[in-house]
Amino acid sequence: MTDPKTISPLDLDTPDQTFLDANELVINMGPQHPATHGVLRVILRLDGEKVLGLECVIGYLHRGVEKIAENRTYTMFNPYVDRMDYVAAVSNGLGYCEAVEKLLSVEAPPRAQYIRVILTELNRIASHQLWLGTHALDIGAITPLFYTFRDREEILKIFEKYCGARLTTHAFRIGGLQYEAYDGFEKDVKNFVSFVKPKIDEYEELLTTNRIWLERTKGVGVISGKDCIALGVTGPVLRASGVKWDLRKAQPYANYKNFDFEIPTGENGDTYDRYLVRMVEMRQSLRIIEQAVEGIPEGPIMAKVPKVMKPPVGEIYHSIEAPKGELGYFIVSDGSTQPYRIRVRPPSFVNLQALDVMCRGQLVADVIAVIGTLDIVLGEVDR
Amino acid sequence: MHDLVQYITSYLGSDQTPGAAGNIFWAVVYVLLVFVGLSIAVICMNWLERKILAHMQVRLGPMRVGPHGLLQPIADALKLLLKEDIIPEGADKVVFWIAPFIVVLAAFTVFVVVPFGPTHAITDMNIGVLFMLGVSSLAVLGIVTAGWASNSHYPLIGALRSSAQMVSYEVAMGLAVVSAIMMTSLSEQGGTLSMIGIVKAQQEQGIWFLFKFFPLGIIAFGIFAIAMVAETNRAPFDLPEAESELTAGFHTEYSGFRWSLFFLAEYSAMIAVSSIAVTLWIGGWLRPFPNLLSGATWDLAFSLVPGLTFLFLAGMCFYNTVRMPKHPLFRIQTIGLAGFGLVLALIGLVLFIPAVRVRVNDIFWFSAKVAGFMYLYIWYRGTFPRYRFDQLMKVGWKVLLPIGFSLLIVTAVVGMRTELWAQMQEVLHR
Repeated sequence: MTDPKTISPLDLDTPDQTFLDANELVINMGPQHPATHGVLRVILRLDGEKVLGLECVIGYLHRGVEKIAENRTYTMFNPYVDRMDYVAAVSNGLGYCEAVEKLLSVEAPPRAQYIRVILTELNRIASHQLWLGTHALDIGAITPLFYTFRDREEILKIFEKYCGARLTTHAFRIGGLQYEAYDGFEKDVKNFVSFVKPKIDEYEELLTTNRIWLERTKGVGVISGKDCIALGVTGPVLRASGVKWDLRKAQPYANYKNFDFEIPTGENGDTYDRYLVRMVEMRQSLRIIEQAVEGIPEGPIMAKVPKVMKPPVGEIYHSIEAPKGELGYFIVSDGSTQPYRIRVRPPSFVNLQALDVMCRGQLVADVIAVIGTLDIVLGEVDR
Repeated sequence: MHDLVQYITSYLGSDQTPGAAGNIFWAVVYVLLVFVGLSIAVICMNWLERKILAHMQVRLGPMRVGPHGLLQPIADALKLLLKEDIIPEGADKVVFWIAPFIVVLAAFTVFVVVPFGPTHAITDMNIGVLFMLGVSSLAVLGIVTAGWASNSHYPLIGALRSSAQMVSYEVAMGLAVVSAIMMTSLSEQGGTLSMIGIVKAQQEQGIWFLFKFFPLGIIAFGIFAIAMVAETNRAPFDLPEAESELTAGFHTEYSGFRWSLFFLAEYSAMIAVSSIAVTLWIGGWLRPFPNLLSGATWDLAFSLVPGLTFLFLAGMCFYNTVRMPKHPLFRIQTIGLAGFGLVLALIGLVLFIPAVRVRVNDIFWFSAKVAGFMYLYIWYRGTFPRYRFDQLMKVGWKVLLPIGFSLLIVTAVVGMRTELWAQMQEVLHR
């Protein structure tokens, strides 16, 4: 494995050398490319099909979310965070609301906490399902995509019933929830859990022991736990490299400490292990949901939060375990109604750093597999 | 005039193919029939692939253009013909223009020797199998030129992958074919490379070569079945056009009519290699159990199958006509589906006429077997992820090739076992 510290930046300015020596090929993959999950542009330097090095060019989806925050009140900025990782909007909302609550020194009431956990874990499953479908599609298996989308639809239906939106949900408010869980929420969630359990087995049946899938993912995009930590990689990618680090256990937020669940880890840090880790995570999320839906307490759903929020001067960093890794919000307050500065630590952006390390020496087809396994969302990378 | 009529009628009742009989008129007629039939088959295949794949993936597939999307392929073809014809500026225009024609030419020329029945082939060559393998491998030339002429990175990589893949799988394919050819030499007429001769050999030996020397025939067929998927660049060996890696591989820069030629060539190549497999291992035009269940009654029973198949399809159409929503918006679609069902039923009834029945039977069984292979192609596509390039090469050279070689030797030894035994006895007695 290449040590990330020794990797020198790619010299892309030097064109192909002499005619007969012109073995190297510089290829532009993206921003319009079917497998770069949006508008990621990867400049590949190839020797035949072997990757000598690559460089990511990002920013095609930059909307200046962090700058927008400086001109919005804390409440007004809440819906914007949904647009960063739009396949896991609920997690983004949870992170932001909790960060501001920490700044305001309020805590959401228990009932709100439980519903938050249920929705966030549902969103984690939805995010992993979307990852699985697109990842398999990148590797050439087109069918799992439709199975995962079929089942993800059930989650989106619950979201839609709860708050009226399917993707950019804006499900939480600072201090709790705006909406009480609708009638039959518990029943819907329970139905979903029993519905999706066999479906996860179905995905695994298609892929886990599939010979071609094993050949395409085992030993591909290997990264060691040490390198992961050096590069700041978090989430399933880190856990698949054998580091047992999950913020839900390491720094319990919401009320995750009340639930019994396991953190899956891999051994080899390759694409197959990351696949297995995410599959187990889906099952663990179902476990959390089952416990949470059994134990939803009665009570208020909003804490006492002032109508006009003026957090005290200070700064706060709060991070949660989003489906893709550590999602952190660093908020600086100058005591006014608007944040002085918000800095988001998006998991996709940081994980994308590892692409070069994971791809050097592999083939073009592996680059596609690795981009898929990193599970990036360009809305979050570029913000 | 009289001579001409006599020339035309002189072929009727011949037990040879028109090409072998030297009758140009009927050869041209057969060529046209095969060309039209093939085009229709590709159109049907287009619709079927989309529908079957859709149903495997919990979708409906085309539903809007015509009842159950039946007119979708026609709409697609129209769209492709009307599209702007783009040739990239940096492309080598002449080569770019020629490349799709090479591919199409190779894919269609193969059908000269495909035997749809004992006399239903354009011609019969004594090197039929060799001709098919040779001509179908010409397609790689068109693909390489297409990739090179595009003057673009992705097509170039696609073309390189494609040439390496087709060349390496041809070797394994050839070995599997040789083992089937060796089986023909056990017939009384001796070994043959003629496509018609191979089917006749299977009839004479009373067994499909698939089951000959069990399991040797099946292994050879398996090698061929894997190699033929690789040869036609279909999933899971569709690396040359891996859409998630190379956007569209060698035909990335092609659009409109030229692109549709590649499409046409791909599907007719699939049909071509499937017909080789059917001819060599699954008894070509022979109906199931021609020797075991022989006799007039069985002949009659099996000759009813084509008509019944079409009646079944018509029945499906009528069933779905009844199930159509009873809304005025669906009136045209309902009528269309019922009309389509009627056409199918009519074809089915025509197929019951004894004179037609006898002539069509062979073609039907051949096409049905090929259709089975087409279904397999679609099934693979819905099930498997894609191989990586080095893994593909590994499968070709390190797995299929050694198996093919050992299979060849074992088949030879098993086929000659009586002679070998006799010779050994002779040596021992001496």
